[in-house]
Amino acid sequence: MSKPTRITNSIRALRFARGEMTQADLAQRIGVTRQTIIAIEQGRYSPSLEVAFQIARVFKVPLDEVFQYPDRESR
Amino acid sequence: MSYEEKGTWVYLVTSAGAYAVYLAIILGRVADTPVADVSYAAVLLWTAGASIVASIIGRTLVETVSPSDSRRGDVRDRDVSRFGEYASRWFLVAGAAAALVMAMAKVDYFWIANVIYLGFVLWAVAGSVLKLVAYRRGL
Repeated sequence: MSKPTRITNSIRALRFARGEMTQADLAQRIGVTRQTIIAIEQGRYSPSLEVAFQIARVFKVPLDEVFQYPDRESR
Repeated sequence: MSYEEKGTWVYLVTSAGAYAVYLAIILGRVADTPVADVSYAAVLLWTAGASIVASIIGRTLVETVSPSDSRRGDVRDRDVSRFGEYASRWFLVAGAAAALVMAMAKVDYFWIANVIYLGFVLWAVAGSVLKLVAYRRGL
């Protein structure tokens, strides 16, 4: 399945680094559905800047540790 | 599958199903009655009303069988909904434009009402399909 966004993310790794936080737990903490977290993790949905900041705040890391936007050449 | 995605499936099935029933009844009447004399208004209103009721019942049944984590939509649901409504609006515009031209041409009410109804149904079906594609493949 082709991904509609070039934005990649480290949410899955960050969740596991935080004591295997579940998708449902992360979803509840930022006020979205679990399906939205799944879609973001799989690169099927680019979250708004506000949601992106909320996710970074949950993990207590800068935004660019959660989301990356690779150069076109490096794809 | 989120609550809103399930709701979109239910809406797609009920709106397409109700129109299929309407079409089957009306085509049966057109076969042996001149179009100008076909009684369509009551069937149209009943099938449109039944579609709304079926949609509510269907959504309740789906939630009973497969309960969602949450019944509140979120930012992604709103983005998907906006995308579907935006991309499918042309069916509604086309239906209204066709009805306008037909009214100016003094075409029979039967055809004008039916082209508007078809526009509504295509808008609903296309919008639902686009939303489901967005849910599955991403925005």
